[in-house]
Amino acid sequence: MKIITTGVAGTMESSDIIVRIEPKETNGIELELESDVMQQFGKQIEKVIRETLDELGVEAAYVNAVDKGALDCTVAARTMAAAYRAANSTDYVFKEVTKK
Amino acid sequence: MSGRLRRSMLFVPGNNPGMIRDAHIYGSDSIMFDLEDSVAIDQKDAARFLVYKALTTLHYGSKELVVRINDLTTGLGIKDLEAIVRARPDVIRLPKTETAQDVIDCEREIERIEREAGIPVGSTGMMAAIESAIGVLNAKEIAFSSKRLIGIALGAEDYVTDLKTTRSPEGIELMFARGMIVNAAKAAGIMALDTVYSDVNNEEGFIAEATMIRKMGFDGKSIINPRQVAPLHAVFTPSERDLKKARAIMDAIAEANARGSGVASLNGKMIDKPVVARAQYLLDLYERSKSMPVEEV
Repeated sequence: MKIITTGVAGTMESSDIIVRIEPKETNGIELELESDVMQQFGKQIEKVIRETLDELGVEAAYVNAVDKGALDCTVAARTMAAAYRAANSTDYVFKEVTKK
Repeated sequence: MSGRLRRSMLFVPGNNPGMIRDAHIYGSDSIMFDLEDSVAIDQKDAARFLVYKALTTLHYGSKELVVRINDLTTGLGIKDLEAIVRARPDVIRLPKTETAQDVIDCEREIERIEREAGIPVGSTGMMAAIESAIGVLNAKEIAFSSKRLIGIALGAEDYVTDLKTTRSPEGIELMFARGMIVNAAKAAGIMALDTVYSDVNNEEGFIAEATMIRKMGFDGKSIINPRQVAPLHAVFTPSERDLKKARAIMDAIAEANARGSGVASLNGKMIDKPVVARAQYLLDLYERSKSMPVEEV
């Protein structure tokens, strides 16, 4: 997935996170994170964002995230929404299937 | 009919992470994640990702999980299905159902996605919300349109707009729609589920409406605020007096059966088959209610 514009998803409400993704000329993900729970969960939030971008095949992007205590699933969901928006794509792919 | 209780079906806005996280703590029988009317048009994608990730990740215990998708004619509904069927909710709620064909079209897409994703075909339930004059007239055909249907529901806001009227505290404008829907559902052996009561600060009005729809034969109601769970469950819980009478009826019929007599009587009144069936339903409702305690909010 190629990032071609700025994509933002999420809100500043409690339990949410705003993820902003922008194009980057060179390969790699440059991530800047601000969180109310940086000490405890900063590394985990960063891991979820990077893994989600990796699954989407995003190889180059600037990412800025402001976390308000989001769960991992919210971090992943907002990253997905921001990435698709930044890629100007609506060809959504949903791979994960809930096990029952 | 499924043994599951659906007294309270709590709507949760699909783009609100805090409410999605906490949805299971309020004690409603079902949680309905909403991708439709509570989500702004420019946030449909974000809500879809959020509900999808929540359902593939979070555990909601034994709660029934329902997702209200967008209408298939909008182009959004099919995108919702591609995501949500894979997240395997118990039920997909189809909005603005006007004909049996609407249900059949949605079912066809669900079945295709189930096959593509390796999900057992038929394991995704459906419910159809009827929200227009034509939909109400087609309630019977809609109720019989798919084996996946667990129930049909009334969506009153769009319905009264279609009728060019407004909602009143007494609900006189909904009498025909409610009558049609409850009859169609019962004829098809599925549940009848009532519309939301929007004035969350009017508990008295809410209880009056819930009492009426229970009397009409509805199995439950959509709600928009967790505060409505406890009063709604109270309405659907049989009273001590009713339970005592139901137990006495069951005892009398058991005694008659033991005597080899097909006729039973209680306090001088004959007990016939419908009386026994109603008593059994009441006791069954009570037993199932007991296993789903209401948590304090």
